[in-house]
Amino acid sequence: MEAREDLLVVDRLKTQFFTYGGLVEALDEVSFEIKKGEIFGLVGESGCGKSVTATSILRLVAKPGKIISGRVLLDGQDLLEKNDHEMNSIRGSRIAMIFQDPTSSLNPVFRIGRQVGEPYVYHQHRGKRQALMDATRILAKTGFPDADEKARNYPHELSGGLRQRAMIAMALTCEPELLIADEPTTNLDVTIGRQILDLVKDLQREFGASVLWITHDMAVVAQMCDRVGVMYAGSIVEKTDVRTLFRNAKHPYTVRLLRAIPSAAKSAETLEEIPGSVPQLIHPPSGCRFHPRCDSAMDVCSQVKPLEIEVEPGHVVACHLFRGKGKVT
Amino acid sequence: MTTALFECRNLTKFFPIKSLFRETGRVHAVEDVSFTIPEGGTVGLVGESGCGKTTLARTILLLIEPTSGQILFRGEDMVSRSKRELRRFRRETAIVFQDPYSSLDPRMLIADVVGEPLVIHKVAFGEDRDDVVLSLLKRVGLEADHLYRYPHEFSGGQRQRLAIARALAGDPKFILLDEATSALDVSVQAKILNMLNGLKADLGLTYMFISHDLSVVRHLSDHIGVMYLGRMVEYGTRDQVFDTPTHPYTRGLLAAAPSLDPDDRDRPREVVLQGEVPSAVEPPSGCRFHPRCPVCKAQCDRERPELVDIGDGHLVACFPE
Repeated sequence: MEAREDLLVVDRLKTQFFTYGGLVEALDEVSFEIKKGEIFGLVGESGCGKSVTATSILRLVAKPGKIISGRVLLDGQDLLEKNDHEMNSIRGSRIAMIFQDPTSSLNPVFRIGRQVGEPYVYHQHRGKRQALMDATRILAKTGFPDADEKARNYPHELSGGLRQRAMIAMALTCEPELLIADEPTTNLDVTIGRQILDLVKDLQREFGASVLWITHDMAVVAQMCDRVGVMYAGSIVEKTDVRTLFRNAKHPYTVRLLRAIPSAAKSAETLEEIPGSVPQLIHPPSGCRFHPRCDSAMDVCSQVKPLEIEVEPGHVVACHLFRGKGKVT
Repeated sequence: MTTALFECRNLTKFFPIKSLFRETGRVHAVEDVSFTIPEGGTVGLVGESGCGKTTLARTILLLIEPTSGQILFRGEDMVSRSKRELRRFRRETAIVFQDPYSSLDPRMLIADVVGEPLVIHKVAFGEDRDDVVLSLLKRVGLEADHLYRYPHEFSGGQRQRLAIARALAGDPKFILLDEATSALDVSVQAKILNMLNGLKADLGLTYMFISHDLSVVRHLSDHIGVMYLGRMVEYGTRDQVFDTPTHPYTRGLLAAAPSLDPDDRDRPREVVLQGEVPSAVEPPSGCRFHPRCPVCKAQCDRERPELVDIGDGHLVACFPE
C-alpha cells in the first residue's frame, strides 16, 4: 500500500443515545482511518450508523446522544478532548460537511452569496464586502453560471442541483483538510447527481482534501471512493480498497448486499435476499450483530463480538470465519 | 401476438397556471404521448424529475383528466366516462405509491386499510372481509397477527407490502408502481422486487413501473419508455433501450448512472449531459432536448421530431444523421 499519512483516525468510537425507549447503541467501537488526499467511503443501509459517525467526528451528536468512548484524531490531535471554542474553530475551517438535503440546510431568508461567504467572516475575519466577492468567486468555481447574479438569489430561487453546488462552495471556502459528504447526491436526478460527483472529484484533486463520503449506493462508491468501510448495525464489518470490495468481498453481509443489487450485467430473474431485517439497536443481537441473518453463523458468533482481522494487507474483516487467517488489528 | 391492455393515443395534459382569474401560462406536463402496454407485460418509464412520468401514469389511470387524447383500455376509450362507468375500470387497475409512510392512513387498522377496496367494490364485508384481507397479507409475506395493528408498527418494507396488498384487494389486472421501491434499502428492495415478479407470474398481472433508478427498471421491465420534458423520446424493449440506446438523451442518461464496476471511473464517458432540465412552462421549441443535446443540428430548434420506428418496434424521436 501507499505510505500516505493518516489525516483522520477514528479509534473505537462508541456513541449511544439515551432514549425513553432504552439505550440505543448506535456506534459500537467503530475504527477507521482516512489518509491524506483520499476519498474514504462509508456505505451501509438506513440506520447502520453512517451519519452518527459523521456527527460524532464533528462532535455534533444531538441530544440524547453521547460519545461514550474512543478517540477521533485529526492530524494526531484528539478532537474529543478539545473544548467548545476550539471545536468551533475546527468546524467549517479544517473539517467541513455537505449534507444530503441542501433545501433544509440553507437558510431561506439570506441570500446565497452571504451564506456561502459566512465562513470567511467567521473563520478568517474578512469584511462582509470582501467575503461576498470571495463567495462569488468560489461559486463560479463550483460551476454556477453567472455567479455574480446568482449570489444575490435566495435559496428557493435555485434548482436542487445549484443548491447542492452552493453547499459544496460553502464547504470549500476555508479549504478544509477533511470534507464530510453525507449522501449529497441522493435527492438529485441521475444526470445532476453525476455532475455533482464529477465536481467533488475535480475539486478534491485541486484542493488535495481528504473526503469522508457517506452513501447507501454501492454504484456511487464504485465510482468515487479509494477505500471503503461497510457498516452494519453500528459496526464496520469490512474495510478495504474499492476494487477488492467489488472483486473479493469477504464478510457475509457485504457479499450478500452486493448480490442484492439489481445490476445491468447479470440479468438474473430473482435477486438474492438477505433473510430477516436490520435489527433494532436498542437490543442489538449479542456477539456479531449480523449473526441472526447470516447463513454461515457458528455458535461463537452469537457469543463473542468478532475482532477485526487483516486477511490481506489493507483488507480488514470483522468475522469469526476468518479467525486465524490473518493478523488481528 | 399479445393484445394491448392499455393503448394511449396522443395523450396530452396541460396544467393551467392561474393568477387571480386569468390563465397566465400552462405547464406542458405531458404532450402528445402514444404508446401501448401489452397484457402481461411490464412497461418501465424512466426520466428525471419533472419529465411528466407521474402525470402520464396518473392520466392513464384517469386520476387526472387528460387535456386531449384517447386512453383505450381493452379497446374501449375511457376518457370522459362517468364515475359509474369507470367503476369496473377502477377495480381492475391499482396503484402503489412511492412513500409508504404517507400512503397509509395512520389512524386506520391494517384490516381497514387493506380491506377498504373490498368494501368499496362490494366484494366482502365484516368477517368475510377480514378473511380476504388475511389471505392478501399472506400473499405479500405478512402474518395473521398483523391484521389488527396500526401502520406505525411496521417498517418501511412491511408498509410497502401492505400497500401492495391493498392494491391487490380488488383483484386487479393492472398495477401502476410509482417509484414503489425508491424509498427502500437495497436488501429490502430486493425482497419487494422478487415478490412483485412472483405476484405477476401467479396472478397474470400487468405492470407499469416508474422509477428514476435505471438498474431497477432494467431488472423488472420488458418494455421501456424514456421521457424528457413531457415527451416520449425513446420506446422499445429492454434490450433495445439499454443495449442500443439511440436518442442522445437516453445515451446521456445511461452514461450518467454510476456503474458498479470501479474500473469504469477512469473510462471517458460517451455523452456527458451539461446543464439542467428547462422549465415545462415555456419548454424549448422544436426538439425539447436541443439546448442540452451534444449532437444538435440546425433543424432541431425549429422542427419537432416524431417517434419513428428504427426497426423491430424500437421508436426514437430524433432526426437521423
